[in-house]
Amino acid sequence: MNAADTVWMLIATALVLLMTPALAFFYGGLVRSKNALNTMMMSLVSLGCVGVAWFLLGYTLAFGPGTTLFGDLSSVLLRGVGLENAAGTAIPKLLFMGYQGTFAIITAALISGAVVERMRFLAYAAFITLWSLVVYSTVAHWVWGGGWLARMGALDFAGGTVVHITAATAALVAAVLIGPRKDYARQAVLPHNVPFAILGAGLLWFGWFGFNGGSALAVNGQAVTAFVNTLMAPAATLLVWIGLDLARSGKATAVGGATGIVVGLVAITPAAGFVSPISALAIGALAAVPSHFAILYRSRTRLDDSLDVVAAHGLGGIMGALLTGLFAQKAWGSPVNGLLFGNPRQLLIQAVAVLATIGFTAIATYALLKLVAAFAALRATSAEQGQGLDFSQHGEEAYASGDGALLLLSETLPVDPVVFVPSKGGAH
Amino acid sequence: MKLVIAVIRPEKLTEVLEALYRLDVQGFTVCRVQGHGGEGERVETYRGTTVKMELSDKVRLEIGVSDAFVERTVKAVLRSAHTGEVGDGKIFVVPLEQVYRIRTGEEDRAAVTPVGVNPHLETV
Repeated sequence: MNAADTVWMLIATALVLLMTPALAFFYGGLVRSKNALNTMMMSLVSLGCVGVAWFLLGYTLAFGPGTTLFGDLSSVLLRGVGLENAAGTAIPKLLFMGYQGTFAIITAALISGAVVERMRFLAYAAFITLWSLVVYSTVAHWVWGGGWLARMGALDFAGGTVVHITAATAALVAAVLIGPRKDYARQAVLPHNVPFAILGAGLLWFGWFGFNGGSALAVNGQAVTAFVNTLMAPAATLLVWIGLDLARSGKATAVGGATGIVVGLVAITPAAGFVSPISALAIGALAAVPSHFAILYRSRTRLDDSLDVVAAHGLGGIMGALLTGLFAQKAWGSPVNGLLFGNPRQLLIQAVAVLATIGFTAIATYALLKLVAAFAALRATSAEQGQGLDFSQHGEEAYASGDGALLLLSETLPVDPVVFVPSKGGAH
Repeated sequence: MKLVIAVIRPEKLTEVLEALYRLDVQGFTVCRVQGHGGEGERVETYRGTTVKMELSDKVRLEIGVSDAFVERTVKAVLRSAHTGEVGDGKIFVVPLEQVYRIRTGEEDRAAVTPVGVNPHLETV
C-alpha cells in the first residue's frame, strides 16, 4: 500500500460520492416544486439500492476475471476483497471496490433525468438496481475489467462510454417506453429553483475532480493531467455555451450555463488522462455545439427526455469518446496516439466502442423495463402527476407550510399531557 | 355585472385560462390560496411526525363580467377545471355594485369590457 496513493483515493472516493447528492440538486432544481423531493430521491435512492447491489454482486460482475464479455462470481459478497493491493495499483482492493462503487451509483442516478415527474418510485428503484447489475457492470467489465473493448484498445479514461453513454442510452429507451409527462407540450413546465440547479452543477464539478483525477488510481503525472483537464474543459464549454446562447437570444441564461458545465465535464471524462491541456480546451469547446442544438431541437419533439440526459450525457459522451480518438497523445499519458498524432485507427476503435455500448445498453434496458413492468406499473396516473409525485410517492412535500395541519398522535404512544389534542365534535 | 369567483386545482389553471381567453374574457385576478373542501385525507410523515394536511393548495380566480358574460364564463370554468374527483373546487357568483377602470376612470360595463371591444355591442 502506497500511503500517498491511498490518501488521494480515499478523498477521491468521497468526492465522487458527493456527485450523487449534487445531481439531486441539479435535477431537483429543474423540475416543478410538486415533484422536487421525488426527483431528488431518485438520485438519493441510488446510494442505497445500487450501492448495496454493487457491494454484494455488481463489483464481481464488473471486475471478476470471467470472460471478455462478462465478469464472474469469484468476489461475490466481497470474498477476497481485502487490504492487499488491487491489480496494477498500490491501493487496497477494498478501496478500489469502494471507489468503483461510487461510479455505479452516479451512473444509475443519471438515468432519472429522462423519467422525472412521472415514473413510479419503487418501479424506478427496482429498475436501476437491476440495470446497474446487468448493464453497468457488463460495460464496465468490457472497458475496465479486462473485457473485449479493453483488448481492442478502446480508450475510456474515466467513463465516457461506461458511465455517460450507457446512462444516456438507458434514458432514451426509458423516456420512450414510459411516455411523456401528462403536461408535456401542453403547458409550460418550468424549473422551480434554478439556484438549486447551479448549486448542483457546481458540486458536480467539484466531485468530478475525484471522478477524473482519481481514475489514475494513483498520485502521478496522469492524475495531475486528468485533474487540470477537468478544470479546463468545462471552462471552455461554458464559454462556448454562453456564446451560443447570446447568438440565439441575446441573453446568457443561467440554466444554460449550468448545463454547459455538465456537458464539458462529460466530454472530458474519457479523455482526461490521455490528452494535453490545450486539447482539453478544444474538446470542451467542440462538445458544446451538438449538445446545445440537440436541447433546442429535442424540446420541439414528442421525446420527453425531461432533463435532456440524451443531449447532455449522450451527445457529450459520444463527442468525448470520439475526440479522445482524435486528441490522445502518448506524451500525455495515453497508451496510444490519436488521429491527430498519426494513428487514424484509434478513431475507428472509439466509434466501435460507442456503437457496441449503445446497442447492448438499448436492448438490455428495454428488456429490464419490460421485466419490471410485468410486476409493477412504471407510470404514475394522471391524477398522481397532477397532485405531484412528492405526495403520491413519498407522502411529503418539499415546501410544506404545515399551516392548518393536524398532528396525528399514535394510539400506541402515551399521550403527553402538554400536547394539544384537538377536541372532537363541538359546534361549528 | 357579477363577480365570478372560482376556486380550482392549481394544475388546472392553464386549461381554465385557455378557456377564458377563447371567450375573450381577458380580465381577472389570480391568487394562490389554501382551502378545505371534501377532499380525502392527506396524511404526510416527516421523521416521527405524522400530520393530516387539512388544507389543500388551490388557485382562486376573480373575474368581473357584464351580465351577458356570466353564464359563458361559468360554463367555461366548469368544463375546463373538471376532473370528476373530489377537490375540483367551487364557483361563486356574486353581484357587483360598481367597477372602475383606474387608467381611464371608465365605469361599470365599460370598465369590465376588454380594451378594443365596443361595450355596447351585445355579443352572445
